[in-house]
Amino acid sequence: MGIVSTVLDNVFGLSGQALGLWQQRSETIASNIANADTPNYKARDVDFRSALQQASGDSTNLQLATPSEGQIGSDSTTSTDDLKYRVPLQPSMDGNTVDTQVEQSQFASNMVHYQASLSFINSSIQTLRLAINGGGQS
Amino acid sequence: MSLMKIFDTAGSGMAAESLRLNTVASNLANADSVSNSADSAYKAKELLFAPTQDGDGVGVTGASSDGAVNNGVRMVGVTESQQPVESHYEPGNPMADANGYVYGSNVNPIDELVNMISASRSYQNNVEVMNTTKQLMIKTIDLGS
Repeated sequence: MGIVSTVLDNVFGLSGQALGLWQQRSETIASNIANADTPNYKARDVDFRSALQQASGDSTNLQLATPSEGQIGSDSTTSTDDLKYRVPLQPSMDGNTVDTQVEQSQFASNMVHYQASLSFINSSIQTLRLAINGGGQS
Repeated sequence: MSLMKIFDTAGSGMAAESLRLNTVASNLANADSVSNSADSAYKAKELLFAPTQDGDGVGVTGASSDGAVNNGVRMVGVTESQQPVESHYEPGNPMADANGYVYGSNVNPIDELVNMISASRSYQNNVEVMNTTKQLMIKTIDLGS
């Protein structure tokens, strides 16, 4: 942490935080797909907008003040509060709200977003390299 | 790297679905089994699934340290179908009871085949999730190269 993470945050900007959030979202959707046949399982998803706002620090939610060392502050990572329940398109008899097609498409789009964040980070790294090498051979 | 947890989640899903396929196979194999009483006749078996919770000790646990909730799936029990058992009058059968009846199974092949299709589709879904995750992990490892 400390200096290194501050520098990296400045370099990668929001992409680094977004990458972590896409990863958490993919975990949640993977749970939904694994429980596609579990009775009474309710499908969930991450509220990405509010989660990213919270992670980037410009949340409208009040943060806990931590005046002294050792006090527990509110975390910058997402909490389970950002997990919302999905509204089922077609209700099923066993109380399961997982719609496999929806989950699959969400998972696919989530992974494309993940790759997008990844390539933003990658191009930042390449730009840095170019600056370090002064345009010479790397 | 917490993408690793997806392997546990999808893995538990695959394990559950293959158990379900296994049950279907044993039900279909015993569809024509006979016995000499209604109680000992083969009953179609069904599995009960539930999401894994914190402290289960099986598979993946509930809320992880970074706040994301990831639930795997686990098998909580096996139930037997309550459908009536068919009896046939077959006095020549060595398994026949005193009145000449044998008792078949209550397996419904249509139910079983539908179950099989559903289980195999869900299994494929989990495999797909695992594959995509694997590719993205490799891409993340290759970052900056």
